[in-house]
Amino acid sequence: MTALLEIRDLRTQFFTSAGVVQAVDGISYDVAPGETVAVVGESGCGKSVSAMSILRLIPNPPGKIVGGQILFDGRDLLSLSESEMRAVRGKDIGMIFQEPMTSLNPVLTIERQLTETLEQHLGTSREAGHARALELLRLVGISEPERRLKQYPHHLSGGMRQRVMIAMALACEPKLIIADEPTTALDVTIQAQILELMKDLTRQLGVAMVIITHNLGVVARYADRVNVMYAGRIVESGDAEQIYHNPKHPYTLALLRSVPRMDARRGGRLHPVVGQPPDLTKLDAGCSFRPRCKFASAQCAAAKPELVEVAPGHVTACWERDRAELAEVVG
Amino acid sequence: MNQSFASPGTEGAASAAAARGDALVRVRNLQMYFPVTEGAFVRRVVANVKAVDDISFDIFKGETLGLVGESGCGKTTTGRCILQLEKATGGHIWFDGQDLNTLTKEQMRPLRQRIQVIFQDPYSSLNPRMKIGDIIAEPMMVHGIITDARKREARVRELLGVCGLNPRFADRYPHEMSGGQRQRVGIARALAVNPEFIICDEAVSALDVSIQAQVINLLEDLREQFRLTYLFISHDLSIVHHLCHRVAVMYLGHLVELAETEELFSNPLHPYTQALLEAVPIPDPTVERARAHKIIKGEIPSPMNPPKGCVFHPRCPIAVESCGSKVPEFLEARPGHWVACTEV
Repeated sequence: MTALLEIRDLRTQFFTSAGVVQAVDGISYDVAPGETVAVVGESGCGKSVSAMSILRLIPNPPGKIVGGQILFDGRDLLSLSESEMRAVRGKDIGMIFQEPMTSLNPVLTIERQLTETLEQHLGTSREAGHARALELLRLVGISEPERRLKQYPHHLSGGMRQRVMIAMALACEPKLIIADEPTTALDVTIQAQILELMKDLTRQLGVAMVIITHNLGVVARYADRVNVMYAGRIVESGDAEQIYHNPKHPYTLALLRSVPRMDARRGGRLHPVVGQPPDLTKLDAGCSFRPRCKFASAQCAAAKPELVEVAPGHVTACWERDRAELAEVVG
Repeated sequence: MNQSFASPGTEGAASAAAARGDALVRVRNLQMYFPVTEGAFVRRVVANVKAVDDISFDIFKGETLGLVGESGCGKTTTGRCILQLEKATGGHIWFDGQDLNTLTKEQMRPLRQRIQVIFQDPYSSLNPRMKIGDIIAEPMMVHGIITDARKREARVRELLGVCGLNPRFADRYPHEMSGGQRQRVGIARALAVNPEFIICDEAVSALDVSIQAQVINLLEDLREQFRLTYLFISHDLSIVHHLCHRVAVMYLGHLVELAETEELFSNPLHPYTQALLEAVPIPDPTVERARAHKIIKGEIPSPMNPPKGCVFHPRCPIAVESCGSKVPEFLEARPGHWVACTEV
């Protein structure tokens, strides 16, 4: 199957007074139609910047996409004009952001938020827009949709607002949705509702999804494939089983071992990753995870490891990938 | 036989306490209503936000009690009432045998030294214009613990070391540090006055997972080293499972369940606890695929106008008619396992 989205060697940098921040440092991955791909990593690893780069929503200055290709449905998004790009955003690619309070317009009714997108992209009339807005609210499981359409975002709870965000993202029947920490601001029972809704709708409507998250549990419940990011690069990529049960990068292994599991026996100690993530303005020629890595060798300081296939569809960027300790089964 | 936990000094609570040793903190029928007022000149109370509504529990010496629930359930307010940052509108809190309600400000001061708090946000809970060393030394000066400046400085360095920070950080400012490092400063500040009891209010929630694990391990080490007692307030059930000896679950101002951690997680009795545990994703795709994912419907109602009867009944999968009118008592269903539900 040909990929819906192909990202090739994407580089995004921020030019700040402290130096050049290499936020995204040459990442490549594919998303097949209807597939859910997770990008997982900790704060500042570049996962959100990589998602914003796909939509070309990097504020310039200080940020700039300095290299690479983003092929969406055969077109390179980086070569489009700004007005062509506007036609892609919200129409072919839907967006769901973390904070539903700040990503909805507080002075527009729910109906207007939804119909604005429809008018912009599809030229939908007022009556048809109203009908579609109602249909969308029903689709995302909002009760009393007629009444809700007349309300403003501040009338709604966080979970309800996120449902409206999903309705907006789906309004123009996109092929791809980019969801940046879609449930991080929500309570756990509401998070479960929203994730289940997103899963059902993307399957039902055949929409592909890139989900950006730091929550390894959400990824395990939800994603078909996983990209693990560290310091602006993808350090490991594979399907969810490969990543969780047979990680081949020390960072992935460390991440999995540092989270407490509710289904594990109590009494053990957690295994934190020692040290802090690196300063992205001061990256050297070696592997960025090296200072925190217990497998680091001389080679790791000399050059950055490239992604190498260790199993079909499973790649890792580590010089020490064949070390026996890394074969240790997690879970 | 079921014993009511609601009234203080009942046989059930007393025997449980006897079995566990002394309760350091006893909370009985705690109630915290915040008035909602209307009118610009003459303010009338039009409603009450029932943030905490008649809850009772003990915290035993040396244990970590987890207090879990979703936003707005009253867990933070409960912590603030114990800290006396809020004047409770009803009920009693005893700390080491002293009823905090009856104490004057002066009588409360020595107790404040024994009760400390670690806040969630490592960015807003440190004064940006103070050096780290001064931030940690301040509580010692307030409580007059070490009056000699040089000795105080040495103690600050020692505390930084205990919390895994370089003693040289004493001369830095908060903005020079990462989130994890700041949270360690918050812990060092809490430890500065040699407390017995620390309330950790979402103390690791703002941190990345790899850093979170460092701080969780630190909290565990410190509890053992200094024989501390923790009230660990959190919405993260995986961390609570790892860190706490017993867990209390709150929903809309009420305690719905309290039990030993293993017991609560392997045998949850209250339908809300069951729903909460079901909702937590486990970082393992194979496990996740095998789970049923029974997802609870609806949202948390407003604490200003909570449902009548059992506050959980509108969302409850096993509710019967009487749940809409009768408030369930908090009863001991098995030894040490308390639940507020008439249908279990």
